[in-house]
Amino acid sequence: MDTAQAPPESLPNRRIGERIIEGIILVAGISTIIIVALIFLFLLKEGINAFLDIPLRELFGDRWYPIDGIYGLMPLLVGTTLVTIGAVIIAVPLGLVAAIYLGELAPQWLREILKPLIEILAGIPSIVLGFLGWVALAPLIQNAGADTGLTAFTGSLLLAYMSLPTIISISEDALYAVPKEYRDGSLALGATQWQTTWRVVLPAARSGLVIAVMLGIGRVIGETMGVLLVTGNAANMPPLGPGMLFNPVRTMTATIAAEMGEVAQGSLHYSVLFGIGLILFLITFVVNWLAARLVGVSGARTKVGGQV
Amino acid sequence: MSRQQTQRLASVLITLTAVLVFVPVIVVIVYLIWQGIGAISWEFLTQPPRNGMTEGGIMPAILGTLVLTMGTALVSMPFSIATAIYLAEYAGDNRLTRTIRMAIVNLAGIPSIVYGLFGLGAFVLAAGFGTSILAGSLTLGIMTMPVVISTAEEAINSVPQQFRTVSLSLGASKWQTIWHQVLPHALPGIITGMILGLSRAAGETAPILFTVAAFYIPTLPTSIFDQTMALPYHLYVIATQVPGMPLRVQYGTALVLLLITLTMTLIATAVRTAVRRRRDW
Repeated sequence: MDTAQAPPESLPNRRIGERIIEGIILVAGISTIIIVALIFLFLLKEGINAFLDIPLRELFGDRWYPIDGIYGLMPLLVGTTLVTIGAVIIAVPLGLVAAIYLGELAPQWLREILKPLIEILAGIPSIVLGFLGWVALAPLIQNAGADTGLTAFTGSLLLAYMSLPTIISISEDALYAVPKEYRDGSLALGATQWQTTWRVVLPAARSGLVIAVMLGIGRVIGETMGVLLVTGNAANMPPLGPGMLFNPVRTMTATIAAEMGEVAQGSLHYSVLFGIGLILFLITFVVNWLAARLVGVSGARTKVGGQV
Repeated sequence: MSRQQTQRLASVLITLTAVLVFVPVIVVIVYLIWQGIGAISWEFLTQPPRNGMTEGGIMPAILGTLVLTMGTALVSMPFSIATAIYLAEYAGDNRLTRTIRMAIVNLAGIPSIVYGLFGLGAFVLAAGFGTSILAGSLTLGIMTMPVVISTAEEAINSVPQQFRTVSLSLGASKWQTIWHQVLPHALPGIITGMILGLSRAAGETAPILFTVAAFYIPTLPTSIFDQTMALPYHLYVIATQVPGMPLRVQYGTALVLLLITLTMTLIATAVRTAVRRRRDW
């Protein structure tokens, strides 16, 4: 990088000025690493007491009653897992098929309308979707025969649509990256368009599609305001069975959002909420790390944030 | 079933599924406009709330969101653009670069509520800023960095290599080349990323819950150490915490927030499209 084709008239102090600027730029680059480390350290510092003061058995117990000093995280873990599984079941097929439609089937004019629509969906604040889920979607679900409209399923439905922009845009890129020669070759051999998509394009794009799904899951696990409004916020263990999804639940994120405002700084309850944050941080860290490993970091790079 | 039948069936199913994805988006937006448009008036946009927030307007919340968005830009822009320049122009293929990229990917994946916790621990408490515009802007600024960095880097990379070669061969230094040749051409792309990042920050609730947002303040903030109302938090409050809140006001608030963030998204995409059309390399 420092090939130093310094022109003869260049002054020494201009070189020094540039060195300083380049130093600042390097520091900015390194600051991203420092920020991740700081986030981890602050979560650890404020949350570590939860793991030291509460026996692990109790911490992962199945009762969450902060008022009585009982901090069992299991209902919250189950809540997050249920909502996430529901959202994945809805969003993955919808997202992948929508990407196939956009990439392989839709005429050009329609694509130019639908792609901005995805960006619009990505641009709707989660509190707005949560609000609509709360005032409009939940009553619909209740009218459909559930005991209450505020259930894990309502949250799953909402989160599925929130994660669609991530899943669709990354999958579409993966499909787009499959060389045109593959399709031409397959079609020339007499395969139908569907056979080409199913047997040639999808397998070739597989790793990109897996990443799309993983980043979508990461988005679902971390979503807060939507689930806070529509899942009913009951920190109970839902009874096991197929009806599980139609019970009110409370997720880890919603618990932090709902309770942090009322706890005393430094109290055990406060530490536990930071401990939940730490768990969320580690989960998303692992999900993103795995996704990046699958393609090498450079591949995931341009799609950071999902909708860009 | 013959393969032609399979082909036809697959096309129909795929199209139907696409309808399931795209139609609800249109329904949501049309429904919100239909329900909310009646609440929006000059008074609604320019007056503070009155009578337990059930009457009057939402001006302090709108203003608070604009102030926070500006604060976010001030925090996020210099860091993000410098990082993007480093990655695009200076970074070699080495461990440091890979670690920085990994860090950015992880920053992008951290849940917004965790940013809120970090802002509380780091800025509100440890740095002693209290719940303030400063703490909120820092939190939101860090949260938007990944989006801005990745779009800015893409914009810088899209400037053709010949521009750099010519500039260097004319005797310009590396930094002069970046400053006078690369950045001007990358600027529209960088602005697009900035606006996209800010539109997301403007709509976020979780990161500001514990760092800046106030339930109700009749006066406007006068310094960066003041709390402020903000639209997303205000919507959360009036939807869930205030009994007897007229639905009309709730829908109106949601619509104003949606219009602000969508306007920003649309400006960003319009800039991008215009630049791609005009680009002659």
